[in-house]
Amino acid sequence: MLQVDVALRLGSLELEVQLEASPGEIVAVLGPNAAGKTTLLRALAGLVPISQGKVMLDDVVFDDMTRGIHLPPERRPIGVVFQDYLLFPHLTALENVAFGLRARGMSAGDARTRAASWLERLGVGDCAEARPRALSGGQAQRVALARALAIDPRLLLLDEPLAALDASARSEVRRDLKRHLASFAGIRIVITHDPLEAIALADRLVIIERGRVVQTGTAADVTKRPRSRYVADLVGVNLLRGVATAGHVALVGGASLQSADGADGEVFAVIHPRAVALHRARPEGSPRNIWRGRASTLDFQGDRVRVGVEGEMPIIAEVTPAAVRELDLAEGSEVWASVKATEITVYPA
Amino acid sequence: MTRERPPLLVTGLAVIAVAFFVLPIAGLVYRAPWATALDELTRPEALTALRLSLVVSLAATGLSVLFGLPLAWIYARVPFPGRDAVRALTTLPMILPPIVGGVALLFAFGRTGLVGQFLDAGLGLRIAFTTAGAILAAAFVATPFLVLTGEAGLRSMARRYEEAARTLGATRWHVFRRVTLPLIAPALFAGAVLSWARGLGEFGATITFAGNLPGTTQTLPLAVLIALETRPEVAVMLSLLLLAVSLVILIALRDRYLRFS
Amino acid sequence: MRAWLVITTVALLLGACAEPNATATPQIKDINVFAAASLTDAFAQAGDEFAKTNTRVRFVFNFGSSSTLATQITNGAPADVFASADEANMQKIVEAKLNDGAPSLFASNRLAIVVAPANPKNVSSLADLTRPGLVVVLAAPTVPAGKYALDSLTKAGVKVTPASQELDVRSVLNKVALGEADAGIVYVTDVLSAGARVSSVAVPEEQQVVARYPIAVVAGARSPELARAFVNYLVSVEGQRLLAGFGFSRP
Repeated sequence: MLQVDVALRLGSLELEVQLEASPGEIVAVLGPNAAGKTTLLRALAGLVPISQGKVMLDDVVFDDMTRGIHLPPERRPIGVVFQDYLLFPHLTALENVAFGLRARGMSAGDARTRAASWLERLGVGDCAEARPRALSGGQAQRVALARALAIDPRLLLLDEPLAALDASARSEVRRDLKRHLASFAGIRIVITHDPLEAIALADRLVIIERGRVVQTGTAADVTKRPRSRYVADLVGVNLLRGVATAGHVALVGGASLQSADGADGEVFAVIHPRAVALHRARPEGSPRNIWRGRASTLDFQGDRVRVGVEGEMPIIAEVTPAAVRELDLAEGSEVWASVKATEITVYPA
Repeated sequence: MTRERPPLLVTGLAVIAVAFFVLPIAGLVYRAPWATALDELTRPEALTALRLSLVVSLAATGLSVLFGLPLAWIYARVPFPGRDAVRALTTLPMILPPIVGGVALLFAFGRTGLVGQFLDAGLGLRIAFTTAGAILAAAFVATPFLVLTGEAGLRSMARRYEEAARTLGATRWHVFRRVTLPLIAPALFAGAVLSWARGLGEFGATITFAGNLPGTTQTLPLAVLIALETRPEVAVMLSLLLLAVSLVILIALRDRYLRFS
Repeated sequence: MRAWLVITTVALLLGACAEPNATATPQIKDINVFAAASLTDAFAQAGDEFAKTNTRVRFVFNFGSSSTLATQITNGAPADVFASADEANMQKIVEAKLNDGAPSLFASNRLAIVVAPANPKNVSSLADLTRPGLVVVLAAPTVPAGKYALDSLTKAGVKVTPASQELDVRSVLNKVALGEADAGIVYVTDVLSAGARVSSVAVPEEQQVVARYPIAVVAGARSPELARAFVNYLVSVEGQRLLAGFGFSRP
């Protein structure tokens, strides 16, 4: 069981994170760039000192600021796969994998045997004698993983494991990575900025923004009920905040909406762009929510168009190209947006 | 595909520059007594001076590495108040006129020097006029080269490799031995060779601090000067010998330099 | 732009090598005197005295070991006058036919043992120089002072291993004056010029060596009349009196 409760400051970043991970869990730490994800990983690895708090893995205390304990990286039972792999350029793939074993006192012969079997297991056995610069991105990633796994860590940390790969290699390597991660018994923490990667690899997501955890839950939880603009943008929905009274939500920013959910108090409201209808004139009919605005952006994506509407109620609508033509929509066009109350999901903030 | 010819002015100045460097060497070759060359070079005085020069310069290089590398490490990795000033001080011997260096060493380690007086009175230890003194003088001017290239090598090497090694369970010493050293080896080698070359040619500090005694402190450059007074032919041969050694050093260094940069 | 750069560079180079135009200004004539290191103080004053009666002359002195100076002159160094501490080095100039007129002896010198003030190590003879633990420096045997010292030691039947063979006699003096060496063999004139910084021990007459100093005008001198005038001054009564004041003896 990994227990993390840390605060630290690095340059302009103030990190304050609490998280827990159970054995057998794959946790993805997801967030925009400069959110503090990599700093968190380095703190867990012991490469960055924390100013307050505790990090504990089962009975091993990594950091405990109240008792002044800081376990150096080499004494932590961890394995790290870095974003750019950091395979030692002066050693072969085999020697790289054997490095951690030799450093921990294993004899050269045993280390090589063990390293060779790990390379085989990850499917890069024939790269054993190659130097890192001769390896492809996918091969290098697997060697880096083998190197981290060979030392039998209890906590495996992966920093943007797929970021260094080009798009074509990424999905295949991601599948392989998932398979290899699955066969590892300890706690696995994957740092990433790519939500697809996070959802594909992990059981649980921890969303970090500006140094703080804003949401944690399964992929389904998070995407269905995003708690931050970042996640909402990722998922592609409109996310709004406000105060609800029996379904009527007074939004931050002045506008208000009516939802079929009878929620109360501080809430998030999610509207899928598909649920937003656009009109050139004030519409009549059942929709309870009608706002006036101006079309600011038109984003043609294949057979959809995402129209950004500015006004009292900034919102993104998704319509068909035909609709755009019929409505004669262009940047700056005056529009009315409407959403049915039943299409708005409201949940406590 | 036609190659553009460099501007005439550039070529002209470059040719003059090459001539400037080649002519003195040509002069030496011209005045060399080739007929008796081998005899002159195998005279005991010449061989003694050569042997002494090699011993002194290699020992000085050893000292450079022993003391220069930790210094380079600290400069590259440990920020401390006044680091720039200290670094400037330890780079000084490189630009200081060697005679000045020799005088400084004399006043520090000579018999009446700042530290030397205690060494002499307390331990009966004398450094001036000994081979140790010659080694010290050579090390004084040569170490900055090693510190400079060592620091550059350490700075350019990704510290992240060291971090990766630590997360794999390597102690700091293991990291240094198995990761840092191999990665900065080219820079270190270049620095050591430069250091050796500088120590080999050291004259001003040696004559002022260590003195001039055949077999003890009379290194090749000193031998050349002495020979010049009475037997210029020998001086020329010894000079050519030093030149040949320097040339070999430079040629050996060429590849390393390219790879290192 | 580039043309200007070239022109300026060439002009500077030429200017640096050019000789001052002899007819342009009321000329200060330079006279290059290459003299043995032991003549440093004496010649500096001689130059001043000479300049009193011969205005518009500027002395440029090059002091060093006579052997080094001789080598420089034979390799084309621009000397007007050469004063050597021994005849052997002057002979090199004569053999190279670089002298303008026969050399003349203008002074002589004797050796002395130089020690620290008050002679703390109690050196009293040349034989004492072999005492173990005594740091002795001599001039290199290729230098006149070094040769004379060896001759003297041979006469005394003494073999000394110096801690260092200095490149000229002044360096020997300096090492002793600085306290780095206990004793050395220099000229009596050097001891005199060092004043209170050193003490000395006399070398008995039977072990003494007389150093004979020849002087000559160098062929190709820029101001040969001036050079000859200076030489004449040195052998004149006043010149000899000046030299005697520094400890030199008659030639």
